[in-house]
Amino acid sequence: MADTVIPDVAPGVAQGLAHDDSRKPLSDQRIRPEGVEQQTPGRKTVEIDSHAINFGPQHPAAHGVLRLVLELDGEVVERADPHVGLLHRGTEKLMEYRTYVQNVPYMDRLDYVSPMCQEHSFVLAVERLLGVEVPERAQWIRTLFAEITRVLNHLLNVTSYALDVGAVTPSLWGFEEREKLMEFYEQASGARLHANYYRPGGVSRDLPAGLTDRIAAWAETFPRFVDELETLLTENRIWKQRTVDIGIINAQDALAWGFSGPNLRASGVPWDLRRAQPYDKYAEVDFDIPVGRNGDCYDRYLLRIEEMRQCVKIIQQCLAKMKPGPVKALDHKITPPTRGEMKRSMEALIHHFKLYTEGFHVPAGTTYVATESPKGEFGIYLVADGTNRPYRCKIRCTGFSHLQAMDRLARHHMLADAVAIIGSIDIVFGEVDR
Amino acid sequence: MSDTVAPAGAPHGAPAGLEALRDVVTGMPGITSARIERGELIAEMERDAVPQAMLALRDDPRTAFEQMMDLCGVDWPERAQRFDVVYNLLSVSLNHRLRVVVQTDERTPVASVHEIWPAATWWEREAWDLFGIVFSGQPDLRRILTDYGFSGHPMRKDFPLTGYVECRYDEDRKEVIYEPVKMTQDWRTFDFLSPWEGMTTLPGDEKVHLARAAEGAPPARPADAKG
Repeated sequence: MADTVIPDVAPGVAQGLAHDDSRKPLSDQRIRPEGVEQQTPGRKTVEIDSHAINFGPQHPAAHGVLRLVLELDGEVVERADPHVGLLHRGTEKLMEYRTYVQNVPYMDRLDYVSPMCQEHSFVLAVERLLGVEVPERAQWIRTLFAEITRVLNHLLNVTSYALDVGAVTPSLWGFEEREKLMEFYEQASGARLHANYYRPGGVSRDLPAGLTDRIAAWAETFPRFVDELETLLTENRIWKQRTVDIGIINAQDALAWGFSGPNLRASGVPWDLRRAQPYDKYAEVDFDIPVGRNGDCYDRYLLRIEEMRQCVKIIQQCLAKMKPGPVKALDHKITPPTRGEMKRSMEALIHHFKLYTEGFHVPAGTTYVATESPKGEFGIYLVADGTNRPYRCKIRCTGFSHLQAMDRLARHHMLADAVAIIGSIDIVFGEVDR
Repeated sequence: MSDTVAPAGAPHGAPAGLEALRDVVTGMPGITSARIERGELIAEMERDAVPQAMLALRDDPRTAFEQMMDLCGVDWPERAQRFDVVYNLLSVSLNHRLRVVVQTDERTPVASVHEIWPAATWWEREAWDLFGIVFSGQPDLRRILTDYGFSGHPMRKDFPLTGYVECRYDEDRKEVIYEPVKMTQDWRTFDFLSPWEGMTTLPGDEKVHLARAAEGAPPARPADAKG
């Protein structure tokens, strides 16, 4: 038909028709019976085999030394098998060879993002076995610093989680704010990270002059920082695409898998040890416990943001209610005497010497003490045999249970979602591997 | 918001009604005894009763232990049943805790509870890895914390703190190698138990001690040579 048309029209149009001719094979294709194309030699359907990859142990988004063996079907995770223990340092074994006071620094090195909260569990466990009374001020200081630690932890978690899914700015902002908090750590304990500040019977020393004012000033400005942080993330389209409806776990499963802390609350279980089984001064402060609804990565993020605001509330109440007074139990068989006393009193000198060589003896018995660390329930199961060293100290770390559920959380998600899930469950390998 | 508000000033971990809970737990199958120590409820359970009795603890509405927060071993080498397997259970709905202790030895397996609480798998792997406690019915009893190819169970009391092997990168062989532990200085362990409290026989007084023991006085604790 084209042949008959071409002679009758202008050259330009003819070109266009010639172009139409070139499409002929295409129209031919359309009328071919279906399935013929697959039989064409040289073309075949490729089926992608399920294969396994090693995610880590040197992957920056693995939050440390996690080796996550992922079985993939294309880009979909079919099975996740976390291999932990690459940072295992035998803390529990080492603790059996140290006195109780020498063991406090080991607690800092577990979850190095929230050191004081772990000291808290350990000293509470020792105190319960000793049956020692802790002075009011020491309890307020411990509550105050437990909350500062919670802000420290959540700041690092939320911002590095954002970094994992591609947002760089939050982590830069967050680290600046963490720096201020670590200065408070330094002023109170002398160290920015591994504080070694809490002691069985109180804290190692009183707060320096002016520190409470500086903390109060910080607490004034911090809520504004949280607002700014939220402008970067909460309504951010990319952030929501990466986190909403990812890694959903319902309340029943979260309980069965041993979840605790923010991860459990994000699934809708209103459970917080600070409220349910209060320790130190938590019974005397007023705060709200945020609870999530969907149990996805986005809820876990929102929950931590809200917890930071509640932390500020608790910090302000601690500062308001704190009164001057002793910061250690007055029993010098357990806490060391002051330097000044040692210059004058022979007995104080003997106490000091005995405490720093032999340490105190803890009556035989067992106890399990759990506190609400920023990541969840951090428990210490302590078996004492009446000597100056623990017979057995089991550390119930929070991340162990959360990471175990990785297979449950990440199954049938995309590979990139596995990164978001790891970020959202807030794991630190210092404590998972112990 | 949490409804489970404990009364202000209540001792940590000691909710009201603990004695009632003790009576409930005592009457449950497989529990040999239950006692309260320092506001904590501790129950001893027969080893053979483990999966069913644990299931009862979870499903009974009076106990309702939805969570197993922790499972760990404790080694008592002088006992015939040398291991304690300690389960720390938590009820979120009723706000109470229970510690269940089961005894076993190196060979006798304890039934796994991973079908009751899936969280148990890793804790059981850990108890196997560190103590060598065997859990029957646990399909995934691999080592978890120690190195790939590690042998021995390091948390046992007869396992030395230094271990047996150390690893380093060998520049010649271009690989990580394992060697027996070489101590560059003597193993130092300090016995700070004071001679007045910790040991009743002073070094050099052993003969006096033996004479005293022969007279029928209660045998004093033998002195540690390193004292």
